[in-house]
Amino acid sequence: MPSGQPLIAIPAWNEQDSIGLVISKVREYQPNAAILVVDDGSTDDTASTAAELGAAVVSLPFNVGVGGAMRTAFLYAQRGGFSALVQVDADGQHDPADLDRLLTGLDSADIVVGTRFHPNSMYFVGGPRKWAMVLLSKSLSRMNRSPISDPTSGFRSAGPRAIELFASEYPAEYLGDTVGSLSIAIHNGLLISETPVTMYYRAIGRPSKNALWSALYLGRASLALVATVLKRRNRTRGDLD
Amino acid sequence: MPPNLIAAIASIVIFIFIFDLLRRGVLKEKYAVLWLLIAGVALFFSIFPGLFDSIALFMGVSQPVNLLFFLSSVILVLVTVQFSFELSRNEARIRRLAEEIALLREQNDRNSENNDKH
Repeated sequence: MPSGQPLIAIPAWNEQDSIGLVISKVREYQPNAAILVVDDGSTDDTASTAAELGAAVVSLPFNVGVGGAMRTAFLYAQRGGFSALVQVDADGQHDPADLDRLLTGLDSADIVVGTRFHPNSMYFVGGPRKWAMVLLSKSLSRMNRSPISDPTSGFRSAGPRAIELFASEYPAEYLGDTVGSLSIAIHNGLLISETPVTMYYRAIGRPSKNALWSALYLGRASLALVATVLKRRNRTRGDLD
Repeated sequence: MPPNLIAAIASIVIFIFIFDLLRRGVLKEKYAVLWLLIAGVALFFSIFPGLFDSIALFMGVSQPVNLLFFLSSVILVLVTVQFSFELSRNEARIRRLAEEIALLREQNDRNSENNDKH
């Protein structure tokens, strides 16, 4: 684990009902970590609830999406001199018990992605959504030096080099905060590893059950992938030639 | 009223309208120049319609009006793409500013809290 205090960054948009529990659970498992809630233009009491619980709160004036919220968190980490940042969702789907493994994984990698795909996982996807995930995973794994089985996971940690990079460049497009950011990291020579995590779901009947929605997801995922791959090529030409 | 006159009047009206927007500072110069140029070309050809017909015939377009439609759609597409580009860039800039404001506000709150303690 990198020396110094880690920062647990929680992007939150109208999560007043779950944010309190997430903060207290994070504090229970990581008592030494600083907690930052990036309030992404919430109209409910997310920000005040988080502030009352003693978390640092950065409030964006309007909703900018997870990508923008995370870049804000990386800027905060960089300026505050934090050497490690872990992203945790505000809806409670990520288990803070996994935080320790995400942080120790940074000893040998710049980014550690919590993967939902492992033998003990309860996570299941099917249909076009699965094809999209396999496509994204295969493409990113080929670019990386080790496999990335779950590139769309938002439960991940970043070390000092990744913080430095993401503070200046973090994509805000659809899937940019997950897939796009990994491709930028790989291109910049950062090492990505993964560790198994548990994820909870608060609702059954996920939108992935809807075929049309899944097809749309596949389309947007492919577009996002093509865009990041082309972006990478362009930059390679500019930087190395 | 001859069609040429209608076209010429329309061009002049657009000219005056754009100029007025520019004068009031509502329209930025770079956009004003673009529209003034388009209005100017339209005015020119409404005064000399024969010239446009000759150009069309020279290019092998049998119906000059088709060339007109083709050119106007090309120009409009280019203008719209340019707008999409600037819109995307401005969106990225606004988002960047929002992030910076959020960080500054947090820092400011923290500073004033510290000052209260002293």
